[in-house]
Amino acid sequence: MDGLLNFLTGLSVLLILFVLASVRRAHIRVEYSVSWFAAALILLVVSRSESALRAISGLLGIGVPPLALLTVAGCVFLIVLFRLSVIISGLKDANIALAQRVAILEFHLRTLNEKTEAHK
Amino acid sequence: MTKAATPESLLIIVPAFNEEAAIGSVVREIREKVPDVPVLVIDDCSVDSTVALARAAGAEVLCLPHHLGLGGAVQAGYKLAYELGYQYVIRIDGDGQHDPAYVEKIFQALRRSSCQMVIGSRFLDGGGTHSGPVRALGIGVFRLILRPILGKPVHDPTSGFVGVNRAALEVFSKSFPLEYPEIEALVVLQRKAFSFVEVPCRMRPRMAGRSTITAMKSLYYIFHVLLGVFVNVLKYERRRRLGRPAQ
Repeated sequence: MDGLLNFLTGLSVLLILFVLASVRRAHIRVEYSVSWFAAALILLVVSRSESALRAISGLLGIGVPPLALLTVAGCVFLIVLFRLSVIISGLKDANIALAQRVAILEFHLRTLNEKTEAHK
Repeated sequence: MTKAATPESLLIIVPAFNEEAAIGSVVREIREKVPDVPVLVIDDCSVDSTVALARAAGAEVLCLPHHLGLGGAVQAGYKLAYELGYQYVIRIDGDGQHDPAYVEKIFQALRRSSCQMVIGSRFLDGGGTHSGPVRALGIGVFRLILRPILGKPVHDPTSGFVGVNRAALEVFSKSFPLEYPEIEALVVLQRKAFSFVEVPCRMRPRMAGRSTITAMKSLYYIFHVLLGVFVNVLKYERRRRLGRPAQ
């Protein structure tokens, strides 16, 4: 079981480093990195804190503490993914509205240009 | 195409995506059968010659900067028509399945009935359908589900041969389903206390290409649309209970 905890600790450290690097290279905006940092930190703290792990496994009624940690990790990442789905949906709506507006403005511009050419 | 000049102004919109094999014929046929009505092709970022062929055939073209899907393309057309002041809009698909000879019939139904939407139905007069078995099954399921929601039967809920008046145009220019929009649009209208009527129309096979809705996609289509209908019913019921006007 220590192996699993060590693996999860390593995973959370790697996640923090990866997200940091991505933010630095501007692959992820800071506001969208917050969820991942929070998820990785929760995973790191719980995987290194035996008392926290026992408390959680007792609360969830799971006899094997690392399994409780995996359950918590799964829930945290589900929340992160749901939050990202909400953000993506909003961005898609905005993107569609923008694309339609661009198309309509281009249409008006083209019509205007044709009228101007016709009057020359 | 400029601002609509008359109170009876009609615009025909044709959403198209990679329809170079059919779009020229479709536009020419519309201009031949309804010569005084402007035609607007909404190009959903085609990678073929759809835009050039539509313009060559005499249509105005609204070019979307990237692919939005059918609902996004149709809504762009509705938005432009609403801004230009058109009173009526009839949608014809760019694949040649809809016969423009029925435009006049749909237009007259829009003007004479008090309905906000007129659907060209392939099933009303016992006319044929070119749907596969899965799609036909889907249509049957939708009919059953929509009957209690709409309060009256709808024979061809998936028909894209649809005319709307300015009241519906205003609603759709603000809110329109993006994927597989026909059925959800009916629910949106019903929740706004609008009504629709069907008129019999004969549909033809596609002039070219294949439908994007395959057998597997049909199952996804059914699930997607059912979810959309359910969400719309819940959304508008909640607004009604809260006493808020439907947006």
